[in-house]
Amino acid sequence: MDIFLQQIINGLVLGSIYALIALGYTMVYGILQLINFAHGEVTMMGAMIALAVIHALVEMQTGLPGSLILLTGMSVAILGCMALGFTIERIAYRPLRNAPRLAPLITAIGVSIVLQNVAMLIWGRQYIAFPPILPSGRHAFFGATLTDLQIFIFLLSCLVMTGLVWLTQKTRLGRAMRATAEAPQIASLMGVNVNQVIGLTFIIGSALAAVAGVMDAAYYGIAHYYMGFNLGLKAFSAAVLGGIGNLKGAMLGGLLLGLLESVGAGYIGDLTGGFLGSNYQDVFAFFVLILVLVFRPNGLLGQQVVERP
Amino acid sequence: MKHGFVRCRSFLFLVVNLIFLLTACDSSPPPATGSTAKQDAVKKVLIGSVAPMSGPQAHLGQDNSNGALLAIEDLNAQALVIGGQKIEFVLLTEDDQADPRTATIVAQKLVDEGAAGVVGHLNSGTSIPASKIYYDAGLPQVSPSATAVAYTAQGFSTAYRVMANDAQQGKVLGEFAVQKLKAISIAVIDDRSAYGQGLADEFEKVVKAAGGTLVAREFTTDKNTDFMAILTTIKGKNADLVFYAGMDAQAGPLMKQLRNLGSKAKFLGADGMQNTGFLKLAGADAEGAMASSPGMPYEVMPKGAAFRERFIARFGEIQGYAVFSYDAVNVLATAMQRADSVDPKIYAPKMRDTDLAGVSGQIRFDEKGDRLNSSVTLYEVKQGAWVALETMGGTGH
Repeated sequence: MDIFLQQIINGLVLGSIYALIALGYTMVYGILQLINFAHGEVTMMGAMIALAVIHALVEMQTGLPGSLILLTGMSVAILGCMALGFTIERIAYRPLRNAPRLAPLITAIGVSIVLQNVAMLIWGRQYIAFPPILPSGRHAFFGATLTDLQIFIFLLSCLVMTGLVWLTQKTRLGRAMRATAEAPQIASLMGVNVNQVIGLTFIIGSALAAVAGVMDAAYYGIAHYYMGFNLGLKAFSAAVLGGIGNLKGAMLGGLLLGLLESVGAGYIGDLTGGFLGSNYQDVFAFFVLILVLVFRPNGLLGQQVVERP
Repeated sequence: MKHGFVRCRSFLFLVVNLIFLLTACDSSPPPATGSTAKQDAVKKVLIGSVAPMSGPQAHLGQDNSNGALLAIEDLNAQALVIGGQKIEFVLLTEDDQADPRTATIVAQKLVDEGAAGVVGHLNSGTSIPASKIYYDAGLPQVSPSATAVAYTAQGFSTAYRVMANDAQQGKVLGEFAVQKLKAISIAVIDDRSAYGQGLADEFEKVVKAAGGTLVAREFTTDKNTDFMAILTTIKGKNADLVFYAGMDAQAGPLMKQLRNLGSKAKFLGADGMQNTGFLKLAGADAEGAMASSPGMPYEVMPKGAAFRERFIARFGEIQGYAVFSYDAVNVLATAMQRADSVDPKIYAPKMRDTDLAGVSGQIRFDEKGDRLNSSVTLYEVKQGAWVALETMGGTGH
């Protein structure tokens, strides 16, 4: 039982990282019907920027506590990614706003390749290790083990997601975003500055990606220029699983995918009597994804939307 | 719309033309290796060095390439004369991204460019598919770090390696785990690469033969960073030793996560993680990790300490395999000298009777191309550094 509990904890932590990235995919898709394939790379940039700041602070020997260094790194990464997200939208997507759907999709792939190579030029081709600045507090929890960092990651992502729900449901900006998602032309006729709303969506999504990137780097202690690809792919799948375009769907999808991977890798060997090993963990997760899409093509929480002309 | 399409097509045409132009520039004739060069002119001999120069193993690839570069600089300083001509060796470093498919493309490229010999590849998973291409072209290949048994077991007369293979390494590791560490329940994880898989299989075989119990066999990939799920399963089976067959980019986070799960199991690995990258990634949790590596510590090698010093002075940092890629270049060069030719077809048969006093010890090959009397050393992390425990085999000095 304690092992099962441990797998659930593993899955929730992994899932909360996926969920934060998935939100970025889903927000942009909801408003533009664009799959922003560069989003995984924004996550990577967040991790790399934060690590650069953290390494600089550690080398300066400021004597600051580890958690403060982490928060400083994260803040800089958030600001950096916000600027990056806005720039990407302004340069790569806005000029193609009225182009056929495939054009911005290809641009998105292009942007992701550019970002990967920029990161490779700046930070090199090696992986970067996360410096040992965080206390490795470990707590026993009903037979399972919890680290401070796991608790921090889970709580922070819950907090951020709650904040996002509040933002979209209770504020003027949120209303404008929902209006734009529903019908951009009508929203603009009603006095919503659509370009501004889209820009802000990218900025918010990129900030979330930065948080997720830093959490990933801190949790696994490693970051590299190509880490965005895998994270992006998983998070995109999570967004689809939950119903792309739906915020709560992205959160649910993220957590669910994390849980599926964790439980899948943990039990698939024993369940199949050693026939399938833990190397099939992704197969298991994606099999569930396919099953869900067969029965609910719009994802778990997705609604049937009429195709926009 | 139609207009747009036409414009699009002409644009595409332009792009395609441009690409052709670029590749045409790119494939400018390589320095001549044929006999067209004048008698008194210095003849350039291309030596290929292939390793992942990008991605998570780039630091190891750079190290291999540096080792080869140092050897070539030393050889050129001797101003060798082979076949009556002055020889200048030129290093061609290629990036195979640790990817088997890229490896075959790069191998073909080296063959086409007229390389006279190849040092590489770094990984077993890339050395094995590439060895077919070198064999077909009659090009001698000396790997400084591909330890998988399969590499020299294919019957290719052109494939050699200058360090112990995984059968030797797996034997040392398996016996060490069962007899010295007295591990009762052992868990094995591999990264499904040709190297990881082969090594894990050898280890498993030896552990079972030595009377050890295997409680779990788990898998990951050489790109993964999350091992919590498989480690939780392993912890649930009360393993007291976890063996990982793979590279440092995974081994570091893996050991950290093992400790984060509250497991006190011993952590054992092989040459893929016996380097400074692992120490950085695992941080304080690296303490007590054990790993094997082919060869012996630099202090024990006949010319090791001096080599290490010179290498660090030249390149800044040294990893595990540099000494072997240095020796690999010399194996090729001495075979050329004995055959008095730089033509692969003429000097390739001379490779088999290599008897070279390399930095890593005396180098001789068996009939398969494996190194005779090769040694394996066990290391442990003590106070943040790899410390040699003991060296098994090897009478090379």
